[in-house]
Amino acid sequence: MKRADSVITWYGELTTRRRLLKRGSLLLMPGMLWLMLFLVLPSLVLVVVSVVTRGAYGQLEWVFTLENYERLAGFTRFGWTADYLMILWRSVVVAFVTTLVSVLLSYPLCFFIAARPARSRYMWLTLVIIPFWTNMVIRAYAWFLILSPEMPPARLASLLGFIPDGAPLYPNAFAVYLGMVSMFLPFVTLPLYAGVERLDWSLVEAAKDLYASRIRVFTQAILPQTMPGLSVGIILTFIPAMGMFVVPDLLGGAKYMLVGNLIQQQFGPSRDWPFGAAISMGLMVPTMIGLQIYRRKSKAIEVV
Amino acid sequence: MRRNHPLIVAVSYLTIVFLYLPLAGVAVFSVNAARRGLVWKGFTLKWYLRLFENEWILEAAWNTLLLAVISTIIATILGTILAIAMDRFPWRSRSGNFLDVILHIPVIIPDIILAASLVVAFGLLRWVSSIFEPGLPNMIIGHVTFQIAFVALVVRSRLVAIGRDVEEAARDLFATNGYLLRRVMLPLLMPGIIAGAMLAFTLSLDDFVISFFTAGPDSQTLPLFIFAAVRRGVTPQIHALSTLIMLVTVILVVVTERFTRHQKKRAW
Repeated sequence: MKRADSVITWYGELTTRRRLLKRGSLLLMPGMLWLMLFLVLPSLVLVVVSVVTRGAYGQLEWVFTLENYERLAGFTRFGWTADYLMILWRSVVVAFVTTLVSVLLSYPLCFFIAARPARSRYMWLTLVIIPFWTNMVIRAYAWFLILSPEMPPARLASLLGFIPDGAPLYPNAFAVYLGMVSMFLPFVTLPLYAGVERLDWSLVEAAKDLYASRIRVFTQAILPQTMPGLSVGIILTFIPAMGMFVVPDLLGGAKYMLVGNLIQQQFGPSRDWPFGAAISMGLMVPTMIGLQIYRRKSKAIEVV
Repeated sequence: MRRNHPLIVAVSYLTIVFLYLPLAGVAVFSVNAARRGLVWKGFTLKWYLRLFENEWILEAAWNTLLLAVISTIIATILGTILAIAMDRFPWRSRSGNFLDVILHIPVIIPDIILAASLVVAFGLLRWVSSIFEPGLPNMIIGHVTFQIAFVALVVRSRLVAIGRDVEEAARDLFATNGYLLRRVMLPLLMPGIIAGAMLAFTLSLDDFVISFFTAGPDSQTLPLFIFAAVRRGVTPQIHALSTLIMLVTVILVVVTERFTRHQKKRAW
């Protein structure tokens, strides 16, 4: 155990630990104060608000109750209903399917890009990065055009009798999935690519030499090597996908609500902050779990 | 050079088409003369010209830019100092870990949770000061909150990459704290700081959810405008506006990419 006030040499500087930490704290102060004030404290306040009562005019009344959580679980004054649980469950399913499809499409895409000559590789990578940074409202509503009645997908659907003649192919569940996958695909592809790029192919060849089936080559030679990138991609997709509200709002309509829409409603038109906060807790828990995994895995690959 | 299975190539091309088809549709119909419907009625740029006559859009564009510039400046300064503070001092592993967790929250958290907690926090802070009425100041605070984390993470990885040799040499030559920061650390860090700032700027331009929850009646931004407009029905003018925003995004991405790639080649 070093004594706090003993003189040390810290990268060429003759100082004491105490003086160093004093200077460090001073530098830490502005940024951390900001994050504490506008990120950590508000999150804690949200936890508190989730157990208080909503007043008649939407104001907060500081009477502690678990009613908001009971409501979320479906217990109302008029008996039990599965409405909210249904929305929660649907969000988990949508997030899961979105993540799964994104992973299934990302692996081939990553192998493809990694096999391009160095010169065009950046071009292909940039092609994935551009949608990643394009505004999500634009990317969501852009599907309106493709799904409109005049376009082939809607015509095919009406020919097959799925939708009435001359109707657009939205809003419905299909449009939500389409929008979600196109929204989150780059979130899986980019971190995964960081893993695929430095894949040790000699291990793959060794597996093949030993007559491993295609599936075993993937699960035992490729999957373990790309695991850090894959888990970062999954976390960056699954958790934000559960809270997504733009895509279901524009492409899903009122019948296909997700948790994000439900939260938005409570903080917008319904003005029921306590209930909104209680629903938010349902997203906060997976966020905190994902955070721990992310911090561990993201050190292995160079993504932010 | 490795060869790909034809199936992999086919799936990859289809995936890229899947990503770009809707966006291409927006761009194509932004230069279509037809006011409604998807019938091609000839090439025109009139929808673009009309954008510049629409006061709502001009004001929203101004707000978007103002918000992005101010929040990026604040976040870049705070984030850079934070990164230096976290990386260059002998923190105990437990407090270092704690800071690291906080820094990663904005990366993972669904936007809507951050937005919801800000709504509640601003709602309570309104008892203290009227600055916290919904509007531009609130939006700036919201944007800075997630931008700081991204700037700090980018600058911190640059700090790790440049190592401490040059700093130590400067110390050995009796550089003072201020001199070290000005003449040694900042020049070396500059590529990372600029990359972080570009990232923060793009994030701000891109943001919809945080702005949606914290905006007031006079602080409409372009993404908010587009969202409200498409819920009433899409028009060629909205396509033109979206196409312009996409172009700006492409330019920002390409410039940032060039920059960071250049930086990698010169990595210390």
